[in-house]
Amino acid sequence: MLKRVHFPASALPYLLVAPQVAITLVFFIWPASQALWQSMLIEDAFGLSTEFVWFENFQALFEDDQYLGSFRRTAFFSLAVAFLSMSFSLVLAGFADRVIRGATTYRTLLIWPYAIAPVLAGALWVFMFNPTLGIVAYGLELLGYEWNHQLRGGQAMALVIMAASWKQVAYNFLFYLAAMQAIPRSVIEAAAIDGAGPIRRFRTIVFPLVSPTTFFLLVINLVYAFFDTFGIIHAVTQGGPANATTILVYKVYNDGFVGLDLGGSAAQSVILMVLVIALTVVQFRFIERKVEY
Amino acid sequence: MVENRPWLAFFTHVVLLIGIAVIALPIWITFVAATHDEIRMTQVPLPLLPGDQFWANLKATLFGRGLSGTETAPVWRMLFNSLVMAMAIALGKIAISLLSAFAIVYFRFPFRMGFFWMIFITLMLPVEVRILPTFEVVAQLGMLNSYAGLTIPLIASATATFMFRQVFLTIPDEMLESARIDGAGPMRFFFDILLPLSRTNIAALFVILFIYGWNQYLWPLLITTDQDMTTIVMSIKQMLEAAEQSPQWNIIMMTALLAMLPPVLVVIFMQKLFVKGLTETEK
Repeated sequence: MLKRVHFPASALPYLLVAPQVAITLVFFIWPASQALWQSMLIEDAFGLSTEFVWFENFQALFEDDQYLGSFRRTAFFSLAVAFLSMSFSLVLAGFADRVIRGATTYRTLLIWPYAIAPVLAGALWVFMFNPTLGIVAYGLELLGYEWNHQLRGGQAMALVIMAASWKQVAYNFLFYLAAMQAIPRSVIEAAAIDGAGPIRRFRTIVFPLVSPTTFFLLVINLVYAFFDTFGIIHAVTQGGPANATTILVYKVYNDGFVGLDLGGSAAQSVILMVLVIALTVVQFRFIERKVEY
Repeated sequence: MVENRPWLAFFTHVVLLIGIAVIALPIWITFVAATHDEIRMTQVPLPLLPGDQFWANLKATLFGRGLSGTETAPVWRMLFNSLVMAMAIALGKIAISLLSAFAIVYFRFPFRMGFFWMIFITLMLPVEVRILPTFEVVAQLGMLNSYAGLTIPLIASATATFMFRQVFLTIPDEMLESARIDGAGPMRFFFDILLPLSRTNIAALFVILFIYGWNQYLWPLLITTDQDMTTIVMSIKQMLEAAEQSPQWNIIMMTALLAMLPPVLVVIFMQKLFVKGLTETEK
């Protein structure tokens, strides 16, 4: 934590931490405490008077079917994104790990979607699936399947899940490949000598040995799906049709900026903060455990 | 490889190539759309092979009026705004995190751990969960529609501070002892010894933070209303909305290509640093 040898105390360290601490106070701690405070206020329609109501906003949220629906959708969306992108990357990494020459070329070709902004990923996918023009929608129609995510909630959800997973494959692939390459070759060779084939080796050796990575990636992917997919939703569906893709982050934005429901939006912010804190704690506990190994 | 199974090696490459094709398909479609003229992009089925309008579209997108019928800033201006934002966020985060990590590792002073935890808390408060109050703060400070408003609120960084703390902790104590014997003060030690020793870490972090800054979407969306301050990533959404009336997919997709090009090039050409940065900041 601290060096055994260090510089004598003076005003200097305070100056050094000052910029970071100032920004943290002004743009993080203060707004967050404002959100906490506002979440317990109700403002009248004209913004003339406010009333302190303790936890009424939270109570109203948890009695609101729309909010509970949004909670369920977010859970489904995040788990679907995590499962889809992680399993896709796990399979690809499993194969890439077998390649001796050219593994880095494959890596290069698979990791660059990481650099694409979520809203751009959304734009690309919405273009491919555009009901009147999109190339994939056209192909589906040839197969006799009618695609219109602007009208059908299920298809809209499928589309945002695909776009969000596509972008995250790069990240998961990178970590899975690194984890697999860190497995000692002697373990794999010993299994091969004992007669285990490639599939069996993957199932009984590789997969269990990369399970810490799987857990780490699960947390990271959930955080990603919860918070970083705003751009995708905003570009692809705007939460529609009929709220079918309104996940929590989108609802906070929509209720706060479009609907101007300050108390309700602040209460939603507070609930999201609790979720982030829980996920961060899980992530850090896991990392501590891994350090002990 | 452990055993020699030619069919399996072949199958491996086939699976990987299919994976790459699936990942690259959206980009290919985008690229193709950016190489055809406007008329072709309204005829079903859309083309799957590139046309010959790439340069014409590029010119129209970069220097033209953008989409017809919309009031937007020229694309070169949006690219410039994105560049300023990405650079300011990346360099700003690195600078203030280096300083605070230096203070926390090399000085003993009252409230040291207090500051450390305060910085740690920022990790738990992404913009998305405090949208409205942060917007109010920035509005009260008069920072709407300015580069300062676009960048400064995003500059605090717990991950960067942790990473530099980790790096500094691995630097042997003898460095500091010998520097002090030679009469170097704290800032001299920082600039002449710590900075050069953490050069590759700084570069790796810069790659990650540049991508992070370039791809910011929600924050600029909230605080810029002035057309001249929009970033290229934001503009895509406005274009998609305009496309409902008059689809000019060739221009929209060319803009999308331009918007993703800088960070993608950074990842491809600085892959080593990128991988290093990604694995170090997450742990």
